[in-house]
Amino acid sequence: MTLDRRSFLKLLSAGAGAAGLPMIGRAAELMPKTTRRVVVIGGGFGGTIAAKYVRKLDPTIEVVLIEMERNFISCPFSNLYIAGIYDSMASLTIGYDKLTANHGIKMVYDEVTGIDPAAKVVSMKSGTLSYDRLVVSPGVDFRTEEIEGYDAETPHIIPHAWKAGAQSTLLRKQLQDMPDGGNVIISMPLAPYRCPPGPYERSCLIADYLKKHKPKSKVILLDPNPDVVAKKPLFMKAWNDYYKGVFEYVPGSKVTRVDAKTRTVYVEGVEEHKGNVVNLIPSQRAGKIALKADLVGEDKKWCPVNPVTFESTKHKFIHVIGDSCAPPSAVAPMPKSAYSANTHAKVCAMNVVALMNGLETTEMSAINVCYSAISAHESVTVAAVYKVIDGKITPVPGSGGLSPVDFSQTKREHEYGESWLKNILAEMST
Amino acid sequence: MIRKLSLRMLCLLTLSASPWALAGPPSAEMLSYACAGCHGNDGSSVGPSMPSLAGQQKDAFVIAMKEFKSGERPSTVMGRLAKGYTDPEIEAMAGFFAKQKRFLTGQNIQAEKVTRGAALAEKNCSKCHTEEGRTAKEEAGTPILAGQWLKYLQFQSEDYKSGGRKMTKNMGNRVKLLSAEEMDDVAHFYASVK
Repeated sequence: MTLDRRSFLKLLSAGAGAAGLPMIGRAAELMPKTTRRVVVIGGGFGGTIAAKYVRKLDPTIEVVLIEMERNFISCPFSNLYIAGIYDSMASLTIGYDKLTANHGIKMVYDEVTGIDPAAKVVSMKSGTLSYDRLVVSPGVDFRTEEIEGYDAETPHIIPHAWKAGAQSTLLRKQLQDMPDGGNVIISMPLAPYRCPPGPYERSCLIADYLKKHKPKSKVILLDPNPDVVAKKPLFMKAWNDYYKGVFEYVPGSKVTRVDAKTRTVYVEGVEEHKGNVVNLIPSQRAGKIALKADLVGEDKKWCPVNPVTFESTKHKFIHVIGDSCAPPSAVAPMPKSAYSANTHAKVCAMNVVALMNGLETTEMSAINVCYSAISAHESVTVAAVYKVIDGKITPVPGSGGLSPVDFSQTKREHEYGESWLKNILAEMST
Repeated sequence: MIRKLSLRMLCLLTLSASPWALAGPPSAEMLSYACAGCHGNDGSSVGPSMPSLAGQQKDAFVIAMKEFKSGERPSTVMGRLAKGYTDPEIEAMAGFFAKQKRFLTGQNIQAEKVTRGAALAEKNCSKCHTEEGRTAKEEAGTPILAGQWLKYLQFQSEDYKSGGRKMTKNMGNRVKLLSAEEMDDVAHFYASVK
């Protein structure tokens, strides 16, 4: 049975919602559509920028941004808060008021419960929104089902702290409450995951904290990947030069079972690691709504998209950006980072506007820069420029790379990193 | 009409097969928007060590990027990024940022250093960094300094003094005359100019 949108809606309004049909259309349209409209799901590093740039490039297009939370807290630099280097998360937190006022973006604080790609309707708890084009930027979700014993209570006892906020505060408090001599276990995700250097940065900064405050303690990093995923020579040097004695790295250690009550994780279900503080970061996939709306590919994890427009290859008129998307890539894919999401959003917005105006699309040019702190006042970076070559997103040959391994620039890079955070958050919030 | 339509259809079909094949080359906007993640909204930075690019002289931008690219000018990430762009792309970005209005954010600047710096700048720098650094002698690729972030200017002063960053002959002759502290005074002065 096929239904066009009109008869479908008629059917629903007649109260004849047949079993098996999505319940979209039941709730009232929140803002009846009077002009061309782009709806953006997710107010993070990708979504805010996509919303802003669509408005900037074509103010005749109405933009509605949907986000669950009133404030956004940056994951980048939240490790400095966890490790007690920052006193609060104030410098990591932004709201949406100025952004929406400055650019005429309509804000809806709600949870998206479904997308109907055929009817081009997003449904939320409070109602529905029709769109001409939809940008989905939902970040990541955790594959907790791959860890035996992991339930809804688990993150409240052993935090992942991989979404900044209450989780970061919990991990910070646990570190501070831990007795000198206690062990911290970090179990990190399988690649690909959000922020490739993040777990290694966290291990350095927790080691930095232990060195200063709990010198008899130790941090053990269990890495399910065969080797260091990001900035390997830089983190290896930091571990060797700064954190000998308070740090241990165990590659090829995949945690498949957890007992939160005893704070124990089991590598491959058997090898036991008990910690005073356990930071279990599960492996990841695209944000929940991406799965629900059938935007993920054959791997059931990430969303395949066109590398120029970021339009889903599964459903037309829906674009996926940021951590959730997986454009065709050559050599090294763009990391799932804040900066990647920021530049995906701009490329996507430019081409969404072009498509909506019947104009030629523009080839992408994107940047990624990731700052990782290796101590309270030192940072290292990875950077690259990306282009589409032969249909695949590719680092421009000859560009990019890591900070010098002699650590000659770490202090200056730390200062640049803190300014980067200010600028990228300002871009999202003004 | 029919012919036009079928051509259009053909285009659309090709588009759905390999859309990137029909996309135009990156525009100045496409290239430049990517810089804002670090350098701020349209190049107006709010981070104290990150230089604003908005309103910068075109030539100054081009020369800086080419020197980053060749490694002649020391940098942290900029050398690695500049290598990702062709010379025409750099020119396009320079044009984009030159057109942007620079929004200044208040800085913490020591007033007595500004006073000393003003006199030193007038004597040593004002021939090229004209109108208190608000304008510059474009043919020399001289950058606009007015209102630039102090921390960034201090990093550059350090690099000039250490010999890490090369200078034009004129600039070198002037910098030679200034002590590190005097360079810092000058940096304070230019950072303070509105």
